[in-house]
Amino acid sequence: MARALINVPPTAKPGAIIEIKTLISHPMESGYRVGLNGQIIPRDIITTFVCTYNGEEIFRAELSPAIAANPFLSFFTRATVSGTIAFRWTGDNGFSVSESAEIVVE
Amino acid sequence: MCRLLVAGLLLWSLAAAAEIPLAERRSGAAMMGPDLRAMQEDDSANPAGLWLLDGAALWSRRLGEAGQSCADCHGDVTTSMAGVAARYPVVDLAGGPPMDLEQRINLCRTTRQQAPALALESRDLLALTGLVARQSRGLAIAIDDGPAAQPFIAAGRALFLRRQGQLNLSCAQCHDDNWGRHLGGAVIPQGHPTGYPLYRLEWQGLGSLQRRLRNCMTGMRAEPYAYGSAEAVLLELYLRWRARGMPMDAPAVRP
Repeated sequence: MARALINVPPTAKPGAIIEIKTLISHPMESGYRVGLNGQIIPRDIITTFVCTYNGEEIFRAELSPAIAANPFLSFFTRATVSGTIAFRWTGDNGFSVSESAEIVVE
Repeated sequence: MCRLLVAGLLLWSLAAAAEIPLAERRSGAAMMGPDLRAMQEDDSANPAGLWLLDGAALWSRRLGEAGQSCADCHGDVTTSMAGVAARYPVVDLAGGPPMDLEQRINLCRTTRQQAPALALESRDLLALTGLVARQSRGLAIAIDDGPAAQPFIAAGRALFLRRQGQLNLSCAQCHDDNWGRHLGGAVIPQGHPTGYPLYRLEWQGLGSLQRRLRNCMTGMRAEPYAYGSAEAVLLELYLRWRARGMPMDAPAVRP
């Protein structure tokens, strides 16, 4: 079960700069390690992270094999209107997790 | 002359193995950089939070022949488990051997829930242990060191002082005598288990104190104690008693 921790301030003043923090559970297996049987452990990583604010993309990251397990991403955006901030992680072996958080701007 | 020298060396080694005075004890967290400390203290950045989410789900899942969840007996984990982890390992009042938190959780599973015990060091057991330990964060470690516990603490201390492995080292030689100095690039900590189970960056996952002890023993080229073995729990008990009164910071982050 892939779990994600999202931290979005529940409320913000219009125009305020807010920090968004995300953490997701994932092994981020690099594809370069050798298992106990001498075989290469196949790559299994998250490749893309996208954040949208009321449907509009505000942040995107491409992840690579050198990134540690359970990737933590934090970034800033400007709170404009109330709405939904949605997160989507996609990766190898059909990995896909979506989360969202509501923000009230007033 | 030779005998004097040997006697002198023996005295020196006894003196060097003295315990760290209570006031000079420092948690591993105090030896970390500010970045790691910030990571540990921010609930949304501490990766152990992912295990706590799993633990909270397990806490209320009904299972076993009894069809009961942890919550059915204990209720809200934040109130019922406050301060519990700070007391573990505990010594059985009937005079039995000490029992650590993982074993206690498994005892609850097998007797109350009538479900199979969780494998030691499995993700589910770490998640539940982490959830329980989280409720003691900030509280002082309070190991019962009454008459029933004394022989077990002494046995744990004997293991702590015992030289072992191909490097012929004891735990005390690093963690009592040479803490604060460097072993390779890393600072040798005093070895106070305030934050277990903890997220170790090297592991990229949550691990128990016993896993950490096994790492140390492998480094000493000694045969590591098996998970849940009597020695492992005795050493755990002694280490927790040695850190008595220090605040818990579980689930911690360590390099």
